[in-house]
Amino acid sequence: MPWLSPAESSALVLSLEVSARAVLLNAPLGIAVAWLLTRGRFVGRTLLDALVHLPLVLPPVVVGYLLLLIFGTRGWIGAWLQRRLGVELIFTTNGAALATAVMSFPLMVRSIRLSLENVDRGLEDAARSLGAGPVDRFVTITLPLMLPGILAGTITAFSAGLGEFGAVITFVSNIPGETRTLPLALYTALQEPGGDTAAARLAAMSLCLGLGGLLLSEWFARRVRRLLGR
Amino acid sequence: MSTLEVRLRKRRGDFLLAADFELPTPGVVALFGRSGCGKSTLVNLIAGLLDPDEGSVQLDGLTLTDTARHVRVPAERRGIGCVFQDSRLFPHLGVRANLDYARRRARRDARIDVETVVDLLALGPLLARRTQQLSGGERQRVAIGRALLSQPRLLVLDEPLAALDAARRAEVLPYLEALRDELAIPIVYVSHQFEEVLRLATHLVIMEAGKTVAQGPIDAMTLLPALRAIIGPDAVGAVVEATALELDASSGLARLRVGTGELKLRAPGLKAGARLRLQILARDIIVATREPHHLSVRNILKGRIAALADDGEDARLITIDIGAALIVARVTSAASRELGLEPGLDVWALVKAVSLRPLAPVGSLTSRAYRDA
Repeated sequence: MPWLSPAESSALVLSLEVSARAVLLNAPLGIAVAWLLTRGRFVGRTLLDALVHLPLVLPPVVVGYLLLLIFGTRGWIGAWLQRRLGVELIFTTNGAALATAVMSFPLMVRSIRLSLENVDRGLEDAARSLGAGPVDRFVTITLPLMLPGILAGTITAFSAGLGEFGAVITFVSNIPGETRTLPLALYTALQEPGGDTAAARLAAMSLCLGLGGLLLSEWFARRVRRLLGR
Repeated sequence: MSTLEVRLRKRRGDFLLAADFELPTPGVVALFGRSGCGKSTLVNLIAGLLDPDEGSVQLDGLTLTDTARHVRVPAERRGIGCVFQDSRLFPHLGVRANLDYARRRARRDARIDVETVVDLLALGPLLARRTQQLSGGERQRVAIGRALLSQPRLLVLDEPLAALDAARRAEVLPYLEALRDELAIPIVYVSHQFEEVLRLATHLVIMEAGKTVAQGPIDAMTLLPALRAIIGPDAVGAVVEATALELDASSGLARLRVGTGELKLRAPGLKAGARLRLQILARDIIVATREPHHLSVRNILKGRIAALADDGEDARLITIDIGAALIVARVTSAASRELGLEPGLDVWALVKAVSLRPLAPVGSLTSRAYRDA
């Protein structure tokens, strides 16, 4: 991209990459959690619901700090991951993706859950009477009918993920090429004397990305709705 | 073992469903009752989409549910094809894909193939359409076709016409009749429309407030008290089978054999030899104790009183044996007393009006009901 400086394009690519990884992690997990919250009958459902939504109300710095405690080199999951799987999260792109994923997870779950609640159980009953077992029903009826919500949730979470700042900088710091995404680059630029122009350019990029994401999400949702005839 | 035997209990809050009936298969069993009397709950229990508190469902010797023996065949393995009031076509699939969905999941050998279903329900022109492009009647036809292609042991039709207007109902009814006459699949037909029941059913189970209160063949006199409570005294009448003897093409008058007597009525398009189902309302019969003459009424059936029963405050229902068939007449209590009506007495039944409904084979008679004075 000739009109972007190497630092800018690195931040842009990194932002896209981090957000994409976060969404890939979140989509299947979001479907599972939305299912549990909508259809599950178990003790602690309300607690799970609250837990999922916690990142919406907590300061992102707190989320980053909690991630450090749990996934840091001495955290109980972080240590295990490093020892057993050789996965490093601190100061890495994967770590940034994890922080982004946790922060955007509620958006994903809310959207998927809404679409699941709108799936007509009668259609599942109809499929059942035609001989479709539970997995068959989910894959051939429920999932396709949830698709608008899943897509909308994915795009919203992706757009939101591009701008994740607090949790990322707390958890994985601000390392060029590893964890310096667009908002972190913007923050860095603002800290430097004479970085105003750079900051403005980065802000404009963020704006375009966000707007594009929202428009894309709306367009997708409409298309799929039309495809489903609603 | 060709029966459908249902004994089920299910409590939902204050509502208790208690169903007990056993009827031969194949045939069309109509579950008839007012809206909200538990008909849909009952068919959901039969189909396995709901679990009963206790009870059993046996179909042709096969146990589908038996709480005492902890048997509960999952709905997807029961082989009960369901058609719901709201058709429930899969919106993300086209018509052909909806049909294929059922065909591919059929758990029994294909006895009904796609061509048969497409022919029977005239689905050919619809196959390439999306489900959103179908009218209400077309949707129900596709839903019926889809249920058939799952090769069901039993077809459950839960108010399939209730969401349709009169014109659409008239459009779909002949297909249901064809289904009954051409495929030997037992059908449970849920309805709160007595007209539909009369046209389609071979057997009747009457439900009131969650309970099955009467059951039997559609022409059984024992059904009348329970029916009266639902459809009202004016709609009570005997259902009898008739055979067309001959038709006068110029006048459109047909001679029909009913029991050992004969009726004449207008029925253009009827073919000799066709079997029909007639409904003769109790209020449309006048009873005479001597052979009447000099009357404008053309249709008079000779018979003998089989039974009398009180019908409300000041009327009596007279069951008359007309030889191989029974009809009922309503007379006022005063008239009954003055005429000295009692079982065994020879009487003449003057029939003022008859409504005709085609019974298998459908033949050339259109599906409208005919009335004649």
